[in-house]
Amino acid sequence: MSAAEIASWGRMGGWIYHVGGVAGMGLKTLVRVATGRVEPFETGRQIEALGVQSLSITVLTAMFTGMVMAIQLGYVIMRFGATEYVGNALVISFFRELGPVLTTLLVGGRIGAGMTAELGSMSVTEQIDAVKALGADPITKLVVPRVLAVCISLPLLAGLADIIGVFGGMFICRYEFGISYDFYLASVMDSGTLMDYMSGVSKTLVFGFFIAVIACYMGFATRGGTEGVGRATTTTVVVTSVNTLILDFFLTKLLTLLGV
Amino acid sequence: MADTHIVRFENVNKSFGHKVVFVGLDLAIRTGETLTVIGGSGTGKSVLLKMLIGLLDADSGRILFDGAPLADEKDFARTRRRVGMLFQGGALFDSLTVGENIAYPLLERGQVARGELASIVAGKLSMVGLEGIEDLKPSQLSGGMQKRVALARAIATEPEVILYDEPTTGLDPANASRINHLIRHLQGLLGVTSIVVTHDMQAAFYVSDRIALLADHCIAAVDTVESIRASKDPRVAAFIEGTYGTDG
Repeated sequence: MSAAEIASWGRMGGWIYHVGGVAGMGLKTLVRVATGRVEPFETGRQIEALGVQSLSITVLTAMFTGMVMAIQLGYVIMRFGATEYVGNALVISFFRELGPVLTTLLVGGRIGAGMTAELGSMSVTEQIDAVKALGADPITKLVVPRVLAVCISLPLLAGLADIIGVFGGMFICRYEFGISYDFYLASVMDSGTLMDYMSGVSKTLVFGFFIAVIACYMGFATRGGTEGVGRATTTTVVVTSVNTLILDFFLTKLLTLLGV
Repeated sequence: MADTHIVRFENVNKSFGHKVVFVGLDLAIRTGETLTVIGGSGTGKSVLLKMLIGLLDADSGRILFDGAPLADEKDFARTRRRVGMLFQGGALFDSLTVGENIAYPLLERGQVARGELASIVAGKLSMVGLEGIEDLKPSQLSGGMQKRVALARAIATEPEVILYDEPTTGLDPANASRINHLIRHLQGLLGVTSIVVTHDMQAAFYVSDRIALLADHCIAAVDTVESIRASKDPRVAAFIEGTYGTDG
């Protein structure tokens, strides 16, 4: 059965066709990485464009989310007379869930949309065809550097967001609840383990891989001029966000089963 | 006897979903000739070129290059090394300079040392009448200049076959004429086989040795320029007169 026949089954056929396309692109990317077909210069350029350029949004989001979490937790725990445990609760929720998922949703949305828009524009202007016609492999040239850049950048950004978020909470605890910095940091160190930190950060590696592959696939599959680029970009943001939340459930379940 | 045809399409069928493009298409292109494929919009002219270098797959039938059938990606990759293509919109890489665009296929194919690149790029630019613009970005060029740079990139590796996809579309008459002259000039200079896809009859008559009309999902007529001009086939005559596909 041909791909065109599957695609002609209507909406469901279209989804099956695209899921197959994403899986195929992911597999091709892994094969190229495994066989050393990597472009170090272009990968570095993508890390700068996708990762470094996302630093400010990551820091800002994490800082304010940490502060909001501290206020919310502080006033809830205060009812039970346990305000001093804000640091303990905040560090675990931030390390395991909030830092990685929030960073992925925000940064992933930004870089996924950017990748689809760029590759989509290349697709509708036949530049991707030109890459192939000129003797290069579009997956090696365009997809592998972006996937690697996201898989390297996103865990680093999430790791940074964890720390910034905890520090954001520290200021609120000091000025809102009168908890000293020393006490807050001691409670953070007491409750937040390296395992908590790594379990959250490691999830973003998987999130990043899927975001990059989906975004690249959507870019390659873009048709219909500038209107098509807009449509593909919107679809990427929706699909990658939903995909991240679904993946998060299964990864969290898996990590729990593994005792991590 | 040796096959004098460098490219052959044999009983090729191609559809996009429910849209049928080719049904039993046959076409043979002789080594060293310039064959122009004419036809209305959406008849599959560009599809024909893209199938030859594996950018699109045929549903069934055979495509032969230099006598060998193109069966898998390795065959198409080998073919692409011997074919240059001028895309409809130029398809220059926005992020690269003009010089880097022209050097791209040379670097990818590892055909030249990096030290020789600059002189080769300058030579190709000179062939299309554009000297000294290596450091400009494609966005700094006019449409006509972009097409000429794209042509310089297509001939950078000195291919045996050049594919021209609507080379004059979107250009003003002066630039269209310049591109047509370039196609003829390069044909004489390089002695390559050229396959031109266009709906511009002036261009087709000027650059071609033979013309093929794509209509009703197959090649409806293929003959020399003189024979096509004198053709009694109503579809050919209608296309030349510009009434093909209209109700009038």
